[in-house]
Amino acid sequence: MLKALNLENINKSYGSIQALRDINLTISDGEFFSLLGPSGSGKTTCLKVIAGFEAPDEGSVVIFDQEVTNIPPFKRQVNTVFQDYALFPHMNVRQNVGYSLKVQKLKGPSIEKSIDEILEIVNLTGYDFRKPSELSGGQRQRVALARALVNKPKILLLDEPLGALDLKLREKMQIELKNIQRQFKITFIYVTHDQQEALSMSDRIAVFNDGKIEQVDTPANIYSKPINSFVADFIGTTSIFDKVSAMNLFNLDSAFSVRPENVLIFDKEKDLIGINKNEYFIANGTVIDCQFQGSHLKITFSTDANSKLSAFKSLEGNINQIYDVNSKHLIAWKRSDITILNE
Amino acid sequence: MNNFLDSFSNFAFRNKNFIFLSFLIIPLLWLGVVYLGSLLIFLGHSFFHLDGFTGQIVYEFSFKTLLELFSSPANIDILIRTVVLAACVTIGSAIIGFPIAYYMAKFTSPKVKIFLFIAIMLPLWSSYLVRVYSWKLILAKEGIINWFFEKLNLEWLLDSILSTPVIGGPSLSISYIGMFLVFTYIWLPFMILPIQASLERVPNSLINASHDLGANKRQTFYKVILPLALPGVIAGSIFTFSLTLGDYIIPYIIGTSKFFIGQAVYTHQGTAGNIPLAAAFSLVPILVMVIYIYCAKRMGAFDAL
Repeated sequence: MLKALNLENINKSYGSIQALRDINLTISDGEFFSLLGPSGSGKTTCLKVIAGFEAPDEGSVVIFDQEVTNIPPFKRQVNTVFQDYALFPHMNVRQNVGYSLKVQKLKGPSIEKSIDEILEIVNLTGYDFRKPSELSGGQRQRVALARALVNKPKILLLDEPLGALDLKLREKMQIELKNIQRQFKITFIYVTHDQQEALSMSDRIAVFNDGKIEQVDTPANIYSKPINSFVADFIGTTSIFDKVSAMNLFNLDSAFSVRPENVLIFDKEKDLIGINKNEYFIANGTVIDCQFQGSHLKITFSTDANSKLSAFKSLEGNINQIYDVNSKHLIAWKRSDITILNE
Repeated sequence: MNNFLDSFSNFAFRNKNFIFLSFLIIPLLWLGVVYLGSLLIFLGHSFFHLDGFTGQIVYEFSFKTLLELFSSPANIDILIRTVVLAACVTIGSAIIGFPIAYYMAKFTSPKVKIFLFIAIMLPLWSSYLVRVYSWKLILAKEGIINWFFEKLNLEWLLDSILSTPVIGGPSLSISYIGMFLVFTYIWLPFMILPIQASLERVPNSLINASHDLGANKRQTFYKVILPLALPGVIAGSIFTFSLTLGDYIIPYIIGTSKFFIGQAVYTHQGTAGNIPLAAAFSLVPILVMVIYIYCAKRMGAFDAL
């Protein structure tokens, strides 16, 4: 498969802060690839290194087999959708979108045709002569997208492009972005701190923490087979038992995590009939919180002094179910549903 | 009594305009009556004229003085000389000031920025006259610039520059080149600071975006940075242009015997007692500035605001 991007041993520091540590990453042509991590984890710095705004201290950046580490951004076939959109305030929508074509000194009707086409794709026909200040947040987002796509880049970089939009608009734009990626068949590298967004859109995800990549895998694998406690904790809701608790409660020699949807709740000892005790971990839990979340309840138990555990309980028609705080229950989950954690 | 104060404070809180008006009345009176009023009365004098025989001002509405101003070749010379010099000083300040402002806005640490601010403002804290006289000494034939050229055996270069018709003269301290240097030095802070402020407001992401979209540094400068900094350049040029148009001390100390508008106003209102002609001369800088700002607006200089 054709390699769109190859990062080799990238290191970058700002003064005493090491922003990127030994980043190695290979992204295939046509992939929707997400860089996911909390703020300050280095994902945006990584994007800047790919775009060429920041030069790495060490390492090399290869885009489609071309070494670009020391090539300025305006000579890379990569375009960026910026977090704050970075639309030129003194230009209207058409001038913004046509900017990359104009600076290449292209002339004639082909420019206008390209602009018309891309404006149609992002549903902005008719807004041609508006200034960015006269557009809503969602429309500005579309202009930024059209401006980055009009030049048909080989790789599109997106830096938290949906961060400033409200939830409904964000979900709508997620679908549109995915459609545009399918339509253009270009590589998307998507920076986000929103794990839900990364899981729902990406082909593969790289999870960043403290300047390092913790894990690179498909969304399903990242979710179900997190490699360590950071990934397990960062992706979705999860409960982590450290080594001490695992030993005390379950006589198990390593830390592990369990997803809330895998946890069963029983009121009394005799309800456990039909549960094979060799296949399940069973613990006593005291309810410390119970939240209504629409389709299910999210119940948080304390199991011992160190550990808390979250469980989802589907409401299944009985929408008035409630678990009283401080009430005691039995909680159980399959041994095969846990994820053993390295750290 | 308390009750009265109470209801007064309630009234004041509900009627915000009352508060504003009570605070603004003194500055408004100052600006409106003392400043604008006296200025208008003075400029109004340009519609009166001096009786050539008695030397008395004739308080009758006429265009005689304005006609006198614009029909005398000597007066026209003064106007053209002043406007051209002011334009050169403005362009010179912009060319010198822009890189300094750009460096301050985009490449400095906060500490260096404060240092540069102080360095730029520092000359304004010393007397204007002292600075102009020290320039007189610097530019004089016995001054440091001459000395420097002598040491480098480059006197011929300075001499050939000074022998250029119109802008040259017997020495730098008695030439248009000297005036240009001094004016540019004196007004430079007024050009740097507004440009710096406008560049400060251009987000770095816009510059990154321009590079990202394939524009090289030159294209980015002309298509993104300069248009967005233009309101600052215009604001700075309004300062340097109008300050040069009205100044009479630098032409008096550094200049040749040829008059500038400021000197003309000074002479006509003083010993000559020709207040109508002085007022007519004063009208010109105001008209020039109005035309300048109108043209700048028409050309879209304020679109980025």
